[in-house]
Amino acid sequence: MDFSPLWISLKVAFTATVFTFLLGLITARLVVSMGRLGSLMDGIFSLPMVLPPTVVGFFLLLIFGKNSAFGRFLMKLGINVLFTWQGAVIAAVVVSFPIMYRTARGAFEQVDPNLIHAARTLGMTESQIFRRVMLPVSWPGVAAATILAFARALGEFGATIMLAGNIPGKTQTMSVAIYTAVQSGDRSLAYRWVAIIMAISFATIILMNYWMDYQTRLMKRGR
Amino acid sequence: MALYVDIEKKCGDFCLKVKFEAEREVFAILGASGCGKSLTLKCIAGIERPDKGVIRLDGRVLFDAEKHINLPTRKRRVGYLFQDYALFPNMTVLQNVMCGTGDKEEAEKLVERFCLTGKEHLYPAQLSGGQKQRVAIARMLGAKPDLIMLDEPFSALDNHLKTRLEREIMETLDSFGKTALFVSHDRNEVYRLTDRIAVMEEGRIVELQPKKELFQNPRTLSGTLLTGCKNITRLERSLPGEFWAGDWGIRLRIPDTGQSPSYAGFRAHYFQVTDRMEDANVFDCEVLRVIEDTFSVIVLFRQRGYEAAGEFGVLTYELPKEKWEQIKDVGFYLKIPAGQLILMEK
Repeated sequence: MDFSPLWISLKVAFTATVFTFLLGLITARLVVSMGRLGSLMDGIFSLPMVLPPTVVGFFLLLIFGKNSAFGRFLMKLGINVLFTWQGAVIAAVVVSFPIMYRTARGAFEQVDPNLIHAARTLGMTESQIFRRVMLPVSWPGVAAATILAFARALGEFGATIMLAGNIPGKTQTMSVAIYTAVQSGDRSLAYRWVAIIMAISFATIILMNYWMDYQTRLMKRGR
Repeated sequence: MALYVDIEKKCGDFCLKVKFEAEREVFAILGASGCGKSLTLKCIAGIERPDKGVIRLDGRVLFDAEKHINLPTRKRRVGYLFQDYALFPNMTVLQNVMCGTGDKEEAEKLVERFCLTGKEHLYPAQLSGGQKQRVAIARMLGAKPDLIMLDEPFSALDNHLKTRLEREIMETLDSFGKTALFVSHDRNEVYRLTDRIAVMEEGRIVELQPKKELFQNPRTLSGTLLTGCKNITRLERSLPGEFWAGDWGIRLRIPDTGQSPSYAGFRAHYFQVTDRMEDANVFDCEVLRVIEDTFSVIVLFRQRGYEAAGEFGVLTYELPKEKWEQIKDVGFYLKIPAGQLILMEK
């Protein structure tokens, strides 16, 4: 059995999670401090969550394809993301971003506003407040958001196959491998990939629950 | 003056319009909840932005709407003690204090000064209410503010803790030596802790006096009520120097001061017991209810046979328990010495 889809999936999911984590946090922070304009931005940033992944993939193809200005610009720089694992990363980032962003924003909004006010009266700058107060206080929520985003990136199928295609050993992730196996009638291979994906997803959820439990216990012991 | 505030802010239907000056003193804002006290503090701290006006502190302009100056909170050097202390839950006591000073040695000194030695490495959740307050004060003073503001620091505490924390705050205020603003709805707290008191009602300061004068002689109805006066009546002038107290059902003879007061108030423990009825300033008491308090007895009464409409129709007389034992079985009259009446123009 060729394990390359597992490694490609993990490589794509980890890389995507790093980007999603940073982008999600920055966006969440901006939207929280934006006030009324925030709700409009919120709609735009949440859109990839409600759109079918194939639609997202279609838009990505348009943006990164050879017929768009942006695509030609990348071509000039010698960068091509179509049918590469980096393309799969872009697809996974776009699809997992709303989960990260929305959960992190929820966690930030839960932070007692008086903590932020107090920090300001103590002379802390906005970026100090974010790093030293807001992020640590909302950390359990942010961590949960990251795990969910990772799980979503790992299972991504629709946008990935549109943008990165299905090249064995190069862009074929586990989800795509299952699709290919079923298409070609190789049931036993499909079963094996399904088992592996289920094991990883289940482990992720267990890990998250354990983490949440641990956080609650920490808080209770303190109080 | 050290602090000058003259601001206006609209919040929906509510309109805040305050103007006051404070020297290097402990200055209180006394008002019922929702009167705009906290909003005033938040405007001074820069947490809320007033629509109009000026805020100056020690010659520095913190806010000036016309000149478009709005100093960010972190540059205002204003200390704010929140009701729930707002300690950072992810930081230890020492780290919290260091957020104020930024200097470890100084933070350690503050920890020692506020009797927190040995607790440096505990988290806020592991501290008692009193310790939390001390951490919050240490952290606030560490930032070397030019003004400190206390926002109802005791209102969520039980009585025993309240007394202790109040004394600690008293010491802090004594040694601070700059302007301190204290906001509360509790007249006793305000009286014990502060020098001058502003009475606030519906977003406006209606009265501003040194505390002794305010408690002896409030000039407004809300000032009278907030300083704990329980007996209030409307006045109607009948003869020169004589008024009909419409809510009480008796006549009041008041030495003519040239004013024409429209309300009168009388404190519940100033009544004099007398054994004969007079044509003015004396109640023939019809006792409605006797409430036993911890150290005193509260008698609710009205003028015999007089039923007034409205909230002020029932009067309150507060007296020591022993005294009540002496008079409760014999009929008695209560006299109002005219000099102790509080007279209000509106």
